[in-house]
Amino acid sequence: MQQLISLLVENKPGALMRVAGVLTSRGYNIDSLTVAKTLDPTLSNMTIVVNVESSTHDEELLIKQIKRLVDVVEVVDLTDSQAVTRELALIKVTVSPDMRPALLKEADIFRARVVDAAATSYTLEVTGAGEKLDALIGLLHNYGEVEMIRSGAMAMGRSPKVDHREAFAEASRVSDKVRETVKI
Amino acid sequence: MSSLMSGSQILLESLAREGVEMIFGYPGGVTLPIYDVLYDHPIRHVLVRHEENASFAAEGYARATGRVGVCMATSGPGATNLTTGLVDALMDSIPIVAITGQVPEHLIGRDAFQEADTFGITRAATKHNYLVKQIDEIPQVIHEAFHVAGAGRPGPVLVDITKNVLQGQTSYHPAGVLRPLRGFHVRLDPDNEEIEAALQFLWASERPYIYAGGGVISSAASDELREFAELLEAPLAHTVMGLGALPSNHPNFISMLGMHGSYAANMGITETDALIGLGVRFDDRVTGRLDAFAPKARVLHVDIDPAEINKNRRADLGIVGDVKQVLRKLNTRLRETKESLGTHNRQKRAVWRARIEGWKREHPFAEVYDDNEIKPQYLMKKLDEASGGEAIVSVDVGQHQMWAAQYIRFNRPRLWVNSGGLGAMGFGLPAAMGAQFGNPGKLVMAVVGDGGFMMSLPELATISSHKLPVKIIVMNNGWLGMVRQWQELFYNGRYSEVAMDAFPNCELLAAAFGIRGRSVDNPAELKTGLAEALAEPGPFLLNVNVTREENVYPMVPAGGAVNEMILGPPKPVAVGD
Repeated sequence: MQQLISLLVENKPGALMRVAGVLTSRGYNIDSLTVAKTLDPTLSNMTIVVNVESSTHDEELLIKQIKRLVDVVEVVDLTDSQAVTRELALIKVTVSPDMRPALLKEADIFRARVVDAAATSYTLEVTGAGEKLDALIGLLHNYGEVEMIRSGAMAMGRSPKVDHREAFAEASRVSDKVRETVKI
Repeated sequence: MSSLMSGSQILLESLAREGVEMIFGYPGGVTLPIYDVLYDHPIRHVLVRHEENASFAAEGYARATGRVGVCMATSGPGATNLTTGLVDALMDSIPIVAITGQVPEHLIGRDAFQEADTFGITRAATKHNYLVKQIDEIPQVIHEAFHVAGAGRPGPVLVDITKNVLQGQTSYHPAGVLRPLRGFHVRLDPDNEEIEAALQFLWASERPYIYAGGGVISSAASDELREFAELLEAPLAHTVMGLGALPSNHPNFISMLGMHGSYAANMGITETDALIGLGVRFDDRVTGRLDAFAPKARVLHVDIDPAEINKNRRADLGIVGDVKQVLRKLNTRLRETKESLGTHNRQKRAVWRARIEGWKREHPFAEVYDDNEIKPQYLMKKLDEASGGEAIVSVDVGQHQMWAAQYIRFNRPRLWVNSGGLGAMGFGLPAAMGAQFGNPGKLVMAVVGDGGFMMSLPELATISSHKLPVKIIVMNNGWLGMVRQWQELFYNGRYSEVAMDAFPNCELLAAAFGIRGRSVDNPAELKTGLAEALAEPGPFLLNVNVTREENVYPMVPAGGAVNEMILGPPKPVAVGD
């Protein structure tokens, strides 16, 4: 089974090595790992997707082992949560001239943007959940040769304390105010 | 102090502020600036003869004193040689701090002379490690290192410092308050609900069994453990790391458990209905085949490391906390309820203790004696007599280690020093040095095999130059005995590369290092030889030639069920059978 883990780590040399090291030394296989600094530049956020054998005694075990690291400030298991998960993919497809309009239509359905157009290929940029990317890539194989780079998942937990409708209303009120001030 | 100090001076000042009295180390190119300051510094430096032994000696010091041990080495090979001791300390949760020099910052990554990625290499060998490239970081990092090494589940911490930092100058500001470690939290105290749940668990048990390990010693919980065992009137077995936490002559003590544990200890595990694991990690050498380990038991597991709970065996009740704090609270509640809740299964628990006693009588560790040759078990009996439960016994790894664990008794914790988890040969002698340096005036015996002794041979020079009164007892059977035992039992007796030929003449060897030594071959000689060793005010090397092919029993074959022990050598088969 795949486990989705979000970490807050000290933004220090070696932090990535330590986390990756726990995973490898405990025999886990990393599917994807993304890392970048947070609003607080002394901290980084990591999202890890890891393959976990379901036979383990304790689904929390990996989390606890990562938590032991001195540089790891916080670990959250987002596997079964309602987290927002996104992934970015760059996809280069070779495509014959007669198929180009159809491809663009398909890309549009997935809200993929063309970031590079060449005589024999398009390069698309698309974001979304992993399954959406898989679906698009599957379709693009019908057009020609596909070359692809994926970022791996990044995830953000939804805060359970926030009422989403309330938050949305508040956000629109703020943007209304902004609009008033700048007189759009 | 506003005058300028060098990085090396600041380093040693920071170590002194941590109460460091002694460093086990070996100098080299990039640590020259440190050694220049050490030249007339109050911190004592013990020059070992190999860096691996510096880390083992620091461990021996830490294990025998309870304080943080410190070792030091230069960059590259110095640092890589330390690594075995670091992993050993990690496996056994021993607090040590290792200081290593690193090539100057401008040479890092250039494959400079004696450059190695110490920070990367020791990532998996330490609880935490540092690479210091800023001189102002030294005080904070050193104090943090000691804090991390000792707090919670203890372990090794390495601080790698570049030569330019060691040579640099700055004004020294003591670290003062430790900056908060956002990611390092230790839970010490259990909450009351957990204690009440544990109380119910304990009093509901009919056949309770305490399985206590090194965590009890780390948390200095011997008194609490004794009271707990007595209140619950429960039998107790120790892991190889726990020996001495409960005195070996305590009536509730069974023995060591596991692969070479006693029949009673392993039968007890198999029959208990309430297994109480205290500061233990359900190691495979204890559990054997996991699904056959304590099959009838519910498990209460107390450990300071949350990642140990449910790692190998699911706990019905897991309590994260310091064993000492947990036992204190539990003991209070046990005392308060002993005459109410405690009466419930009292009769059944008495029957259970009688069963354990029965197993003890049925198959005690064998009494083996021969007039003409020294049986290894007999040697351990004699060492036990010599110790009287009070000597520090530092052992190596293998057959002698298991016999020592079976036969030598300990009246208190921190007398038994051994490489439990990693099983590092060559550990015993340097660890004995560290233990002796930390306990001057105390009887320290390095009980080692002939194989491990050869690995730590150069340390005879350290022992000699300090006139360190360690008694080195070599149990010499001419083999790598434990490997030979497995080859005999599981590889059709094909003894492949286990003969330790060309063992040196021990009188000559000792004399060559300027210490006294003797070899003995039979029980009568052993008696006088041991007396001579103990009477000698300085170091003594006693080589004890024992029966060559003798096996450690009981034995649970690797991956077997703990109650399926090989209790002794196969009986001779009668002709015609």
